[in-house]
Amino acid sequence: MSKFKKKSGGESPAINTASLPDIVFMLLFFFMVATVMRDSTLMVVNKLPAADQIQKLDKKDRVMYIYAGKPSGRYEKKYGSSARIQLNDKFATVGEVGAFILAERSAKRQELQNVLTTALKVDSDTKMGLVQDIKQELRKVQALKINYTTRVGDYTQNLN
Amino acid sequence: MAKRSAPEVNAGSMADIAFLLLIFFLVTTTIETDSGLNRKLPSIEDQVDPPIIRQKNIFTVLVSKDDQLLVEEELADIQDLRSLAMSFLDNGGGVGEEACGYCEGERDESSSDNPDKAIISLKSDRETSYKVYISVQNELVAAYNGLRNREFLRLYPNLGLNYVDAQKKYADPRTNLDDSVDLKEKLNVVKKMYPQKLSEAESGSK
Repeated sequence: MSKFKKKSGGESPAINTASLPDIVFMLLFFFMVATVMRDSTLMVVNKLPAADQIQKLDKKDRVMYIYAGKPSGRYEKKYGSSARIQLNDKFATVGEVGAFILAERSAKRQELQNVLTTALKVDSDTKMGLVQDIKQELRKVQALKINYTTRVGDYTQNLN
Repeated sequence: MAKRSAPEVNAGSMADIAFLLLIFFLVTTTIETDSGLNRKLPSIEDQVDPPIIRQKNIFTVLVSKDDQLLVEEELADIQDLRSLAMSFLDNGGGVGEEACGYCEGERDESSSDNPDKAIISLKSDRETSYKVYISVQNELVAAYNGLRNREFLRLYPNLGLNYVDAQKKYADPRTNLDDSVDLKEKLNVVKKMYPQKLSEAESGSK
């Protein structure tokens, strides 16, 4: 009786890949939603220091970013290796910070202009002199709310 | 003329296209929620004669150009900074009007009168490295948070939250309005008990 006869042949059937696009699309949508595009290309080394007593930054439209650090990679030849400030897509001097803040502020909506925060994304190997200069400039234009942007981590990570 | 049926589109390469897009987004993604230490700079304008502050109410922290830490003019280790700052803030050495009812410190006369008077002055040199400065700031904020946590738990034990968690909950957009109004009030009470008076002087090269 061959009612329960095994199917002939040892080859396994091909796996159906029809649902592969669905899976990939699902992943795709996840990343599309979770993505925050960098709006300026970093031209400085930007390894943030670690801290754990931190608060989340405000919504993105209420934040102005100032980067500082050593010029990275291909910029090092042209601009040297001492720490510099980057505003939007350009290197800037300390004197330009004030004008940058005023320009950014006037570009924001009226009701947000008083609640803006300046995020200082400063590389951990920078010297405080530069940071102090930036802070002084910010005080001059009354941009008093600042945030030292950090990584999440224990402070001891900074000390070696 | 015979009607030709439309040929079926081969969807086999759909996965490839999707993968391409996926990889693009993977590369450009920085799943970042920026966070850091919030600070408020002093206004440059209102420097009309500064109030007289007694020396014992100031806790000086100086980070030298070699990244060494001087706390109250003595060399200190960054590990001890948090407890040193906490005992300074929580000292409550004042008497009479300046007494501090909730402080649990040593009530040393040569240290701060009450948390409202206590000021931490953080000075740094131009050559101080930023990472050490941030570490110090982090520890000082931790001292404030530690004390605020303690008071928050003592005053509102039924919430089951400490100050930092309560703050997080308040900032969370999912918290409903009644709760957040209530939380804000409580947070402010505790904030007032230990106000964050942290002055970042410019340049300590004097």
